Amino acid sequence: MRIPKIPQQLVPLAIIFVLVIGSLVVARWLLVPETFGTYGHYRAQAVQEIASQEVAYAGYKACLDCHSEVYQLKQQSRHRGVACEVCHGPAAGHVQAPDEYMPEAPRGRGYCPLCHGYNLSRPTGFPQIIPEQHNPGQACMSCHNPHNPLLPHAPEECSACHRDIFNTKVVSPHATLPCRKCHAAPPEHSVDPKFVRAEKPTSRETCGECHSQDAGSPKEIPRIDLEIHGERYLCWDCHYPHFPEANR
Amino acid sequence: MIKEEPKIPRREFLETCSRKIPGWLVIWATFEADQILLAQEESKYDPTQHNYAMGIDIHKCIGCGRCADACKKENQVPAEPVFFRTWVERYVIPTEGETRVDSPNGGIDGFPELKGEKDILRTFFVPKLCNHCANPPCVQVCPVGATFISQDGVVLVDETYCVGCRYCIQACPYGARYLHPTKKVADKCTFCYHRLTKGLLPACVEVCPTQARVFGEVGKGSSPLRRFLRFNDVTVLKPSLNTEPKVYYAGADGEVR
Repeated sequence: MRIPKIPQQLVPLAIIFVLVIGSLVVARWLLVPETFGTYGHYRAQAVQEIASQEVAYAGYKACLDCHSEVYQLKQQSRHRGVACEVCHGPAAGHVQAPDEYMPEAPRGRGYCPLCHGYNLSRPTGFPQIIPEQHNPGQACMSCHNPHNPLLPHAPEECSACHRDIFNTKVVSPHATLPCRKCHAAPPEHSVDPKFVRAEKPTSRETCGECHSQDAGSPKEIPRIDLEIHGERYLCWDCHYPHFPEANR
Repeated sequence: MIKEEPKIPRREFLETCSRKIPGWLVIWATFEADQILLAQEESKYDPTQHNYAMGIDIHKCIGCGRCADACKKENQVPAEPVFFRTWVERYVIPTEGETRVDSPNGGIDGFPELKGEKDILRTFFVPKLCNHCANPPCVQVCPVGATFISQDGVVLVDETYCVGCRYCIQACPYGARYLHPTKKVADKCTFCYHRLTKGLLPACVEVCPTQARVFGEVGKGSSPLRRFLRFNDVTVLKPSLNTEPKVYYAGADGEVR
């Protein structure tokens, strides 16, 4: 068998070709990290590296081992959902070396208002105070135990928890109406608001007590004919009772 | 030449060996077994068995910013108020006009009072973080394969492999990424991956005082996340982008983006 003669000009070309491909293979071997592509288009080892980061927050279960008494107390209280490290800060160091590293314990007036300072955007019913008006100068802890935040006395004003509604109402024509005029709230509601609820009006007659044609209220109060006004809707389907827009 | 007698006679040497080597072997084997067991203990975490997701209940968020604060402390996020892995936004929707959103220092120091605001229709807080999309634009654009979805459904950044080109920061529709000022690589929420592999919750979920943040797995039958998804009308951010986020919001109205 005769080997066909390779044209002379192809020999240097083939050498260059082999060199280029060879260098590419070598470069790839040198540059692509070892575990690249094990699971996908990434370096598999990176997952381990990320997972090896140090933990700063130990988690409440770690606190429970030594501080079970505080934990038990807190579990009975309104702060049961608040993990220890929310206030005490990252405590993994304290779990490792309890005597060397002490977690923080905010005792001043600055910390509690981060949650309990009045802010309109907070959900209604969440207990909020105006720090400037609420016993100024006294540390929160002097009246409230943060592990069992019982109130020294039941809130006297509805605005203690419903300040957003109060603030709306106070600039409305309904400013002078007490909340209990429309909401029958048993006294226990101010102690245990989640389980003893305040009532809401159920019929048009509640508004009609002041706003119907034959109501005995002062005559400046706008009147409507309950029979024909607003058809089949309830009053608060159109008017927001805490800020009645009807007369604007 | 005189042949030297060995110091230990051959017979004695063999006898000693047969007595001592099995002992040493037993000790060595116990030690090795210990190592193997330890290694197994560590590698008990199987990423293929997990698919993580988060739920956020906007009605429960009180905007205390503890999540953003804990995230910075847990992950050594730079303190400057422009770098966040998670942050809290305040939405103020007026009766007329445009919705306003602010997030001073991510909400860590609280929110300033809304002064001179009239006719506020609604206002609420929205915690934001990386959505760990199942179809992430950031992973698509990474030119070197430094960002990826791990086997447990978490979008991660390989900081030794990232070249800091910022494409992913541009591509993320949720603004969840930033360029780390000293490492010069892209950085973002990892769902606290180092905590998950140890059986802990992400730091933001751990410290959320009102349980507005719920963490769990998509496929697991009993998890707080399953309950969250069952009983809430959930939505994701910017669903039209088809990124398939795995952070689900309850109570987010159309203004939340």
